[in-house]
Amino acid sequence: MIGELEFERPVVELRKKISELKEFTKNADVDLSSEIKKLEGRLEKLEQDIYENIKPWDRVQIARLANRPTTLDYISFLFEDFFECHGDRTFADDEAIVGGIAKFNGLPVTVIGHQRGKDTKENIRRNFGMPHPEGYRKALRLMKQADKFNRPIICFIDTKGAYPGKAAEERGQSEAIARNLFEMAGLKVPVICIVIGEGGSGGALALGVGNRIYMLENSTYSVISPEGAAAILWKDASFAKNAAETMKITAPDLKELGVIDAIIPEVKGGAHKDVQKQAEEIEKILSASLKQLLKLSEDELISDRYNRFRSIGEFALINDLIGVK
Amino acid sequence: MALKDLFTKNQTKKKKYATIPTEAAKSDVPEGIMTKCPTCKKIMYSKELSKNLMVCLHCGHHFPMNAKERIDSFIDEGSFEEINENMISKNPLNFPDYLEKLEKDRQKSQLNEAVVTGIGSVGGHKLVVAIMDSSFRMGSMGSVVGEKITLAIEKADELGVPFVIFTASGGARMQEGALSLMQMAKTSVALKKFSDNGGLIISIMTHPTTGGVSASFASLGDYNLAEPGALIAFAGRRVIEQSIREELPEDFQTAEFLLKHGQLDAIISRLDMVEKISTILDIHQPGGELA
Repeated sequence: MIGELEFERPVVELRKKISELKEFTKNADVDLSSEIKKLEGRLEKLEQDIYENIKPWDRVQIARLANRPTTLDYISFLFEDFFECHGDRTFADDEAIVGGIAKFNGLPVTVIGHQRGKDTKENIRRNFGMPHPEGYRKALRLMKQADKFNRPIICFIDTKGAYPGKAAEERGQSEAIARNLFEMAGLKVPVICIVIGEGGSGGALALGVGNRIYMLENSTYSVISPEGAAAILWKDASFAKNAAETMKITAPDLKELGVIDAIIPEVKGGAHKDVQKQAEEIEKILSASLKQLLKLSEDELISDRYNRFRSIGEFALINDLIGVK
Repeated sequence: MALKDLFTKNQTKKKKYATIPTEAAKSDVPEGIMTKCPTCKKIMYSKELSKNLMVCLHCGHHFPMNAKERIDSFIDEGSFEEINENMISKNPLNFPDYLEKLEKDRQKSQLNEAVVTGIGSVGGHKLVVAIMDSSFRMGSMGSVVGEKITLAIEKADELGVPFVIFTASGGARMQEGALSLMQMAKTSVALKKFSDNGGLIISIMTHPTTGGVSASFASLGDYNLAEPGALIAFAGRRVIEQSIREELPEDFQTAEFLLKHGQLDAIISRLDMVEKISTILDIHQPGGELA
């Protein structure tokens, strides 16, 4: 079945067995209700065991599911009157990033996010959610517009990374990303960023300089893909599973490192199992966080964002350590 | 006759053992005394090369320059005062072998980290400078590099002097994971604050400037400059070739390629660096008046 993963197979199989038994008792003249009840008890325990101990590599798989909800899915559940705006006014409209204006529970906002496709055709159109410079420049244009009209900005992060290609380099992929980091620092409105799928390196960060950064429970955020890290570290991409653990890329890891502010809990088994319910979870945190940030003045918002990033990083002074020259 | 018989001649000629020439044998000269230019293949005295700021005497190829050589050649003699030199990396992810690798590079490069920061003057203009050194972990940016650069920007802000950075980096430091990614944001927000206070930022990209460094402070100068022939890129050439299977031009991702595509203000030879930067600093000197 689509959207079911290796690690959850025991649950799926047991569930199948129970429904087979139910079907069987309907037609046959035997009473298996006590057995079914016993199995259902076991299923509950199994589900708890499996879904509460999801390994980093399993989270990577969930984050990459083709049917995992995308930016546009969440936009349709969370906002009213979404009006999409296209183009960077310089070169093109990059459909790997979507953005526009909308209302969130009555409040005018600007929404921007990476957008991947769910099937091959859409993925080709949206370049698998991997933006070119014009995508980042469109995002910046919309952020500046939000700044002008005093609208909070909500960013959804969901990309394998900025596109590595000839055209992207020619048009200044590095500059486009750097410019967004720089300009986002100066926005006078609240900026809230939510990683909903894969947060791939600089291409993700270019929408990620917010006052608050949240991650869905099964999303990832990393400097390099587990495959890339494995290729460099072990000279073999098949060690990706090890790399996923070593690189600390899951929401709980990043919470511990102080990179993100909070984890948004996911529907059991992953956001794809119930998009509406997942959107409700996001709405709760978005609403609470906006209420807090709207109390801050323009200067306070800028210094809040500055301090947020200023404090990230771990280092030592040489006098602290023994054994170094 | 079978097709493969056509190739018997080649087979008999084939050497039983491959001989791999050593690096020293390749350059045909004892290591240290002479240096061969990788571009024009000409051989010159290492001392003369060093005197010429590590620029090939024949073709102008720019050899990598370490932080000390850069300070000696760029900053007014005796004016350099290093700051935050005692900051070193920890191992926040408990990454295997990371601390050992750091220690090895510390011995090799005689530096505590991949960037040296300090206060000095160029052509009499006071400034704060950050100089990256690719001989330490390929100049990659972890927490310490991000922190030292941020502190340097803040120092320039405090003193009200320009901030000049020489970049040389393979990108983010993988061993520090998302913490190294966030240094891109940290340095960029610091530059924004400095810039909003009227601070002057000059970025000079040297070989190589790639990945997360290229996609943050290196590209955020009021003046984005580069040394001739420097590799400057977001994604590596091999990554692009393998994943995209696009054919790439020969000068792809060189300083010259970037200049052509509008990404740089100018390419400056190392031999003219002090003069050109002094000119920019001079024009930015407050109080210029119409005569």
